[in-house]
Amino acid sequence: MTSREKILAAVRQNQPAASSLPPMPTSTTFDEQPLERFETILTGIGGRVIHVADLGEVSRYVEVHYPHPLRVITTLPELAGVAETNWTAYTPHGLADVELAIIRAHFGVVENGAVWLTEALLGQGDALVRAVPFIPQHLAVVLNQADLVPTMHHAYARIGHENYNYGVFVAGPSKTADIEQSLVLGAHGPKTMTVFLVSL
Amino acid sequence: MTVGLFIPCYVDQFYPQVAIATLELLEKLGQTVVFPTGQTCCGQPMANSGFEHLTHTLSNRFVEQFGGVDYIVSPSGSCALHLKEHLHVTHDQAKAGQVQQRVYELTEFLTDIVQVNTLSANFPHRVGLHQSCHGQRGLHIAQMSELVAPPFSKPVELLNMVTGLELISLDRPDECCGFGGTFCVLEEAVSAKMGKDRIADHLRHGAEFITGVDMSCLMHLEGVLRRQGSKTNVVHIAEILNS
Amino acid sequence: MNHPELAEQFNRDEARVDWHDETLWFVRQKRDKAAHSLPEWETLRETASQIKHNVLGNLADYLVQFEQNALANGVQVHWATNAAEHNQLVHQILLDNQVDRMVKSKSMLTEECHLNDYLAQQGIDVIDSDLGERIVQLAGEAPSHIVLPCIHWKKEEIGALFHQHLGTEAGCADPQILTGAARLHLRDTFLTRRLALTGVNFAIAETGEFVVCTNEGNADMGVHLADVHIASMGIEKIIPRREHLGVFLRLLTRSATGQPITTYSSHFRRPRPGQTMHLILVDNGRSVQLGRDDFRNSLKCIRCGACMNTCPVYRRSGGHSYQSAVAGPIGAILAPNLDMTKHADLPFASTLCGSCTNVCPVKIDIHQQLYKWRQVLTQEGQATTAKTVSMQAMNAVLSNRGLYSLAGRVGRQLMRWFPALVSNKLNPWYTHREMPEPPKESFGEWYAKHRKP
Repeated sequence: MTSREKILAAVRQNQPAASSLPPMPTSTTFDEQPLERFETILTGIGGRVIHVADLGEVSRYVEVHYPHPLRVITTLPELAGVAETNWTAYTPHGLADVELAIIRAHFGVVENGAVWLTEALLGQGDALVRAVPFIPQHLAVVLNQADLVPTMHHAYARIGHENYNYGVFVAGPSKTADIEQSLVLGAHGPKTMTVFLVSL
Repeated sequence: MTVGLFIPCYVDQFYPQVAIATLELLEKLGQTVVFPTGQTCCGQPMANSGFEHLTHTLSNRFVEQFGGVDYIVSPSGSCALHLKEHLHVTHDQAKAGQVQQRVYELTEFLTDIVQVNTLSANFPHRVGLHQSCHGQRGLHIAQMSELVAPPFSKPVELLNMVTGLELISLDRPDECCGFGGTFCVLEEAVSAKMGKDRIADHLRHGAEFITGVDMSCLMHLEGVLRRQGSKTNVVHIAEILNS
Repeated sequence: MNHPELAEQFNRDEARVDWHDETLWFVRQKRDKAAHSLPEWETLRETASQIKHNVLGNLADYLVQFEQNALANGVQVHWATNAAEHNQLVHQILLDNQVDRMVKSKSMLTEECHLNDYLAQQGIDVIDSDLGERIVQLAGEAPSHIVLPCIHWKKEEIGALFHQHLGTEAGCADPQILTGAARLHLRDTFLTRRLALTGVNFAIAETGEFVVCTNEGNADMGVHLADVHIASMGIEKIIPRREHLGVFLRLLTRSATGQPITTYSSHFRRPRPGQTMHLILVDNGRSVQLGRDDFRNSLKCIRCGACMNTCPVYRRSGGHSYQSAVAGPIGAILAPNLDMTKHADLPFASTLCGSCTNVCPVKIDIHQQLYKWRQVLTQEGQATTAKTVSMQAMNAVLSNRGLYSLAGRVGRQLMRWFPALVSNKLNPWYTHREMPEPPKESFGEWYAKHRKP
């Protein structure tokens, strides 16, 4: 008998009578004032929100805060003036010196300040780099303010049966409190995480 | 309606004044109380130590002693909980089941069955309530800080009827005191430390007395208080309500 | 040494016990605040518990469904009946890829399997990338908490450790600076390791994907920079549908640390081009626990650690006193399943206060299981003879009203005459507590005098 057969046989023999699945809970707790609460909650976990009218404002922000020679990359062609867009030829290791990455998110979640990314958003065409949200010193995410869902139940309802290869909820900067419960931002991944909330 | 008084073995032997206060209080409130004199112990000390299988004779005795009363009331949340959960007899388990339904801890009996609205008690002191775990988390005589649910407390409801009594607040209102039956000697170091920490919380908030529904927790806290030479004393809630 | 002995050692430094207790209580308070911000909290817990119940009853089918989907996704699936087999599988994958050093993110399963020790014996260099785990690894210790591995370490001690191993300035104990040093050290590790191992928080039967949650981003940093990803999971980590993640991810981190969600909740479905992804399904006693009516609910555990943070005994005895990869109340109901003799002390390391059961996000009846393990351990002959004899004697006295009254009367009389009989150092009660003062008469005696029989 293979290990697989042994385990499955033991499980079948010992598992209790099957019970049915419960209904999925609903929640209206985060229905009101989504913009304000998303901002408050994301700020509370170390992230920040910058309200912008359009991507031009994002460009100007990047110009001021991440001047040359800091390496800035993006997946948004509209930001080509202030960031590299042809970096997808690199291996993930080639991004080790990136200061800021600017990417798009599918949507944000009000209750926890998270944004949902999938591999399709992490590069161009077939050149996709999963390390992009993790390896830069700073991460910025462009999100339309209409794309906010109240809770994780709504989030998975929206994701549905989407056939992604890799997806990730990112909620704020990389962090740790392993040393005496003192919160430190920037454990291994980005030290800051900024969401540009686009109002148009 | 007859109330059978169940007095835990260690209360019988070491804290008779608590049993007397319970009896007098129930009588004062118009209850007909009997004390079946063949009673001994609920069996919890053995059961919690892993020897529940030895306790059938005690359970048989309990059902025999208390089979005929309408309610079984005990000034102990811990013993009441044990009876409700683990009264396993050798013959008539259905009968034992009926007996289990009639078991009440004193304060829940007063609020839920007697439905006391006023008391003549007078206790002009600052009092800290030690919320014993078995009464609270086992019998649900008070809401638990872990749960997202509306607050209530049957002991507090009753203490609020006592003239002159000032109930203090605590930093950790429902942390265990560390008595835990045989835990108090098997895990002596942790048990004693838990007791010290509970007491420090009460003393920090100016308690003159620490009360509770379980004399076992209070016996443990009393032992620590006396070792520290503290002026603060323990007093069972029955003694306050009967004062 | 057993739990009481190790706990006694831990308690010799009372100020440290206070610090340990308060640090963990702070985490419990953060959990309370997060839970109380959701009016639907108790419904979520109940739903999570029922989903896990459904999983236990259909586990074999879900495992097969998961395997089929994972294989179709291009993931290589392996099965390990026990820890040794798991460790050998990992080693074989390392050999196949000609790799002798790897990076590993948090996985309590690999702690349970003692993977690091095994691989060290095979000459494999393993670096734990979670900061807390790296700290205890440098110190040559095991984690003392499943979520907060070095919660028992003070920052000054970590400063000294980092000075020795990472060359930080002597005397530096600033968490910001120490974390910065670890960031540099581990960044170099991530960039130079071709193989990364992670744990698994949830595996989805209907899609074959699995989810890994971290705050630091260390799992993703390891995996996305490596050619080979190994994910190790216990077979109980399966959940039926992707939408169920909505329930579990709402509960997990709020229960663990009071955060609304971990910084990263990564959903791995297919390897990236050029990467290989291995998934090892580990039994190691879980199928046995599944067959124990009274204890199978322990397999619902999602490893949030809330029961440890709330446990008044854990906070005052420290994780190492449990001598088990998973410490605290949940460890005390899981460990005896693996080795009843070795872990016979753990179900007794509790006052049965029940706080663990109340904070558990999947509503495991932890304190009830502790009580039941005590009965099982006694029945299995794990109680000492002295304990058995004393319990039988106590039961005999209490079973006979005449003997009980006599023993009470004689005992109290002796205590009054000769207090040193009980108030001495052979009586553990007396070490830190006075004995109650014996009254002249029992209630039974008073009643006989003052009330009609």
